[in-house]
Amino acid sequence: MARKRKLARGVAVVGGGLTKLGLFKDRNCKDFFAEAYTEMIGSVDKGIDPKDIDAVYVGNFTNDFFVKQSHWAPIIADLLGQVPKPVTRTEGACASSALAFREGVLAIASGMYDIVLVGGFEQMSKCSTEEVAEGLAMAASPYEVAAGFTFPGVFGTMATAYFAKYGATREALFNVTIKSHNNAPLNPKAQFPMTVRDFMNARIERVKKKGEPVPAWKDEKAYLADPAANPPVAWPMHLFDCCPISDGAACMLLVAEDMARKFTDVPIHVAGLGQGSGYSLHAKKDLTSFEATRAAGNEAYEMSGLTPKDIQFSEVHDCFSIAELVTMEDLGFVKPGEAHRAVADGMTRLDGPKPINTSGGLKSKGHPVGATGVAQLYEVWTQLRGKAGNRQVPNPNLRVGGAHNLGGTGGTCTFTILERR
Amino acid sequence: MEKKPLNDASYEQYLTERRIMGSRCKKCSALALPPRPICVACHGSDLEWVEFKGKAKLAAFTSIVVAPPSMAREGFGRNNPYVVGVVELEEGVKAVARITGVDAKKPDQIKVGMPLHADFVSKGDGAAKQTSLAFKS
Repeated sequence: MARKRKLARGVAVVGGGLTKLGLFKDRNCKDFFAEAYTEMIGSVDKGIDPKDIDAVYVGNFTNDFFVKQSHWAPIIADLLGQVPKPVTRTEGACASSALAFREGVLAIASGMYDIVLVGGFEQMSKCSTEEVAEGLAMAASPYEVAAGFTFPGVFGTMATAYFAKYGATREALFNVTIKSHNNAPLNPKAQFPMTVRDFMNARIERVKKKGEPVPAWKDEKAYLADPAANPPVAWPMHLFDCCPISDGAACMLLVAEDMARKFTDVPIHVAGLGQGSGYSLHAKKDLTSFEATRAAGNEAYEMSGLTPKDIQFSEVHDCFSIAELVTMEDLGFVKPGEAHRAVADGMTRLDGPKPINTSGGLKSKGHPVGATGVAQLYEVWTQLRGKAGNRQVPNPNLRVGGAHNLGGTGGTCTFTILERR
Repeated sequence: MEKKPLNDASYEQYLTERRIMGSRCKKCSALALPPRPICVACHGSDLEWVEFKGKAKLAAFTSIVVAPPSMAREGFGRNNPYVVGVVELEEGVKAVARITGVDAKKPDQIKVGMPLHADFVSKGDGAAKQTSLAFKS
């Protein structure tokens, strides 16, 4: 029954685009997608005639709820002048557009199409924070919602299990947040291009202006430990453990490998493609692991013939700080229970041996849920082409990067390995 | 033996009778709570009802400060957080539930592993009565 997973023909990425992420109430998803698409078209080194695109796959989580409009595929087809070609929407909560990427790869690999546009988008800014929380919670397990869990609550629960099992403390979460925010000012697309120290200094300035006593924070960790600066959301998740609400869109152009050089001399190949599903909290065997991530990782490693050691850098789905630690372990970057020490030791810094979330991660780059999967792959593609500017991973032999996308509370996860050959 | 269908509606009905009812696979003996129509361990579909005693240990938890609309309507929120968690029942299955009898404002003092027992929290009357499972310290 079991056989080695492989594509019937190879697929390469030859273009990409990503909007600046943030809150843009006066714009809409068509504006966002058009912006990402325009950058993508301009990024194809030897050019692409949009008439040659065979099909489009777009991920969107819940604009149905956020802006009361569903059936987005023909809206995007109309926007791009791709009517009457096949355009399909994919939904996997916060992993929606990684599924679009995957469907695009499979459509080319099957031989059906040669050139496929994939992308994702979301507009969250038109709702109040409470409404956004309610919309997102629609993707949690019904048992969790009935018991009163929120998204941060589910991840907070996993964090207490992680703390109890491995002896970690909130300091492990601080290290993740500080590391991610250190990368964000280097990313012109980031929603919060600020380090945690920048946040701390801005707050000190505000307090001084008001003539109030200045808190005596000795460093960023003291700032994050102060509930006045970093209030609780769902123990032990605090404000700085949680990704923001964001708008944005991302897209990429996929082509059959044998024609990739017609578009660029630096195609980035899809080396591994993995997807898994997961149980809700009460049915999990291990509360400190996402079985969906493990399954996705195994599938991608098996297809690529690569091992966790070969992944030189990766975007991982840090919707909440604890998710970054758990994911590093589930993908085999470190052994179970060792991620908190690895982050403390600097392994995942931009200049460390395995940089994680060079983009700033969802925490500081932003998380327009339906766009995130492709936005992560855009970062990996950009890094592998050596075009990441000030946040370029300082490794002259950068060849292999990964992107891990997680939907809901871990119900759908993907891991995709891109390679420069 | 019990004849009700093995589903969420029956499970909730049993809760109103203050009973924690799940399923056991007749083929491989795997337990499930809430009950399942299909065994996820062996894919068997011959399952029976089984009652759980309600003795448990706290496996993981959170204290929620930013409450969803349903909990905010009950008065929970920034000044009145509440605790939910995963409990591991003596029989070996887990459940997600409200955790009561602990101080939600001092989550750093709540200990994973602490013993708990089932508590039933009811809202409404008559046909509108809804009972949810909680665990009490």
